[in-house]
Amino acid sequence: MKGFLGKRAIASAISLVGLIILVFFLSRLTGDPTDLYLPLDASQEARENFRNIHGLNDPLMVQFGRFVGDLARLDFGMSIRRAEPALDAVLRGFAWTLQLAAITMVLVTLLAIVIGSLAAFRVGGLFDRLATFFSLIGASAPDFWIAIVAIVLFSVNLGWVPTSGTGTPWHWILPIGVLFIRPFGLILQVVRGSMISTLSSAYIKTARAKGVKNRPIIFVHALRNAMLPVITVIGDQAAGLLNGAVVVESIFGFPGVGKLMIDSILQRDFAVVLAAIMVTALAIFVMNLLIDVLYAVLDPRIRY
Amino acid sequence: MTGHLLEVRNLTVDFHTARGTVHAVRDVSWHLDRGECLAILGESGSGKSVSASAVMDLIDCPPGQIVSGRILFEGQDLLTLSPDARREINGRRIAMIFQDPMSHLNPVYSVGFQIAEIMTAHGVARAEARARALELMRRVGIPAPESRIDAYPHQFSGGQRQRLMIAMALALKPDILIADEPTTALDVTVQAQILALLEELQQETGMGLLLITHDLGVVAEVADRVVVMNSGEIVETGSAAEVYRTPRHPYTAKLIAAVPGTGEMAAPLDTGIGPILDVQGLTKVFGDFTALQDASLTVLPGETVAIVGESGSGKSTLAKTLLRLEDATAGAAFYAGRDLIAMPPKELFALRREIQMVFQDPTQSLNPRMSVGQIIAEAFVIHPGILPKDRRAARVQDLLRQVGLDPEHIHRYPHQFSGGQRQRIAIARALALEPKLIICDEAVSALDVSIQAQVIDLLNRLQDELGLSYLFIAHDLPLVRDFAHRVVVMQGGRIVEQGPVRQIFEAPREAYTRALLAASLDPDPDVQAERRRARAQLAEAPA
Repeated sequence: MKGFLGKRAIASAISLVGLIILVFFLSRLTGDPTDLYLPLDASQEARENFRNIHGLNDPLMVQFGRFVGDLARLDFGMSIRRAEPALDAVLRGFAWTLQLAAITMVLVTLLAIVIGSLAAFRVGGLFDRLATFFSLIGASAPDFWIAIVAIVLFSVNLGWVPTSGTGTPWHWILPIGVLFIRPFGLILQVVRGSMISTLSSAYIKTARAKGVKNRPIIFVHALRNAMLPVITVIGDQAAGLLNGAVVVESIFGFPGVGKLMIDSILQRDFAVVLAAIMVTALAIFVMNLLIDVLYAVLDPRIRY
Repeated sequence: MTGHLLEVRNLTVDFHTARGTVHAVRDVSWHLDRGECLAILGESGSGKSVSASAVMDLIDCPPGQIVSGRILFEGQDLLTLSPDARREINGRRIAMIFQDPMSHLNPVYSVGFQIAEIMTAHGVARAEARARALELMRRVGIPAPESRIDAYPHQFSGGQRQRLMIAMALALKPDILIADEPTTALDVTVQAQILALLEELQQETGMGLLLITHDLGVVAEVADRVVVMNSGEIVETGSAAEVYRTPRHPYTAKLIAAVPGTGEMAAPLDTGIGPILDVQGLTKVFGDFTALQDASLTVLPGETVAIVGESGSGKSTLAKTLLRLEDATAGAAFYAGRDLIAMPPKELFALRREIQMVFQDPTQSLNPRMSVGQIIAEAFVIHPGILPKDRRAARVQDLLRQVGLDPEHIHRYPHQFSGGQRQRIAIARALALEPKLIICDEAVSALDVSIQAQVIDLLNRLQDELGLSYLFIAHDLPLVRDFAHRVVVMQGGRIVEQGPVRQIFEAPREAYTRALLAASLDPDPDVQAERRRARAQLAEAPA
């Protein structure tokens, strides 16, 4: 297991290096940053001055070396628009996103597992049909549309919850609710499918012949086996949320990393964009590692 | 009111499937008393497991439906009880073990948990259940149970897994044990041990044993009475000896006649020409595990050489290495004077036509999305030199006729055929290349006895007509006895003994061969009693 974790860490470090190279050169490919940062009518003198300050006149490789050196010190540079280190702004936003993603995914996972398992136990029953019907709608509804409809319905017409912001727990209800729907529908479908095939396996027959009650058959014998394919999908969905639920955060004015990234791109605040990319990449790497560990915990046959 | 422990009366079960209603069992009646062993004998699709599943409430309804009948356990009709009441009986009063213990044990829980669970599910305290699980593991012969109780099913051997299943089933001292093909997936020597364990435990506890099997040898070994089933109906009932000696129903007679191991043994071939295949010192090492060590054997033209051995004996590795599906670590294999092992790939490709393989499971080895015609004709696409295009279709039809299939069925797909027919298709596919040597890897093991006999007849006929040589890999000794000219016995990657079939079966030199022969089951209850004595003597003799 230790050896496996070490190998995974090295493999991830390599892809992280690749990501750094890609991000740096792609941002340079889009042209001279001077043209992007300064207004169109900036004087030649101002441009030259900007280039000198930011070292843009140096050869590209020297700039890259400086960029990597800064990264090694976790120095992503200053945010041009915010007058604070880019990393500080990103970490603040990331903390919000992490909370939002964690709460949403915990709710999604718990409910999808319980409802999906029960639906799978009586395939074709009323409960199963209802669960399947609504989860399919959930899995296929576009979140920007749900977000807007939810605001119109619950905030504007009914006035139950605020439209945007983060002040009180009430502010969290709509973003979580909207983010919940799609992964919930998707994961419920995967749980249900995986449970159906697991419930027909031979060891379930053994458990029934032993006189084990239905609830432990579902939640002890079947669930742990059925979770293996489900975990992969949960990881996928969680990664999507960690990357910043861009649309939902923007609509609800939620100060997460997704909204920060979009704002920074629009404001050409590249230091922040870069810091945000690196932080989310790292988070997703850590999460994938957790999933691998979870795999080994759930299935004793998996030994890395 | 009868005094039987368990009685099934006029049971009829239907399955409603997409293709229509199947009568799984019709009007089936049998009974089981304390201390006796009743065998339900039948081939696949005979419905032999259905009544036991009904007893255990394991039939899913839908698609299953118990149309009529009663299942009386100590006079109480189980079918009228509530699901909870039936769950109380399952495991506590009536327990069940299954074929293939690997898939019937939950892979993600320790065996200790799974054995203890049958007790905790019926109200035994956790600590007590664990202590008892330990005791049970010891009783069924798991060495050092203290260190094994928290191990997982995949960490045990096949035979040990079935022992664990038995430990689990017997935890609450049930009145009845139902064993559904308990030894089918096991090696012969392990099968003998498991059957002996079951008998021993039955005598110890006085329980009723219901054994479901397709194997007349198993019936002869343990059953007092036998119920013979065919396509959902009971065709015959009687004591094991009675049914074997004087079968009243033609189906039973046919079944007994189809059992291999009673025919004439083949005389050694004397062709006067050199061998078609000459294997010398073939060795295959995986890491630090030697799967095949220094194997040498020859196959003459027109000869059938059987390779017998238990799982892990290296017999399949031998086949794979010969076909270069695995690279040999050392050794040579001369085919018509050329070394298959050292041959460059191009030459090997041309030679591949002459050495073909027929696999164990035709369901897996035939592409389900290709029609039978395409499967067979693919050989000509790969080796276009064999036949001009315009004659291929006719040749495919000839091949189908040759293996006993209807040439009209050329456009059908593998799933539209039965298991035996599928194996015929696999043979036709091999024959398409006009091979000289066919390697059959457990080619008839997955088939019912009567179908097995038909496929063996086909192989014999093709050998006579085409002068084929077979390398016949099998674990079933009686089958080999009827079919092979020569026998090679393997154990732990080595060839322990080889010789003409008569010598191996009548005057085996090695102790392992003798143990193998003593462990194999004969359908004759008297012969079986004799073997049991021989086994006991072998067990007493120092290893």
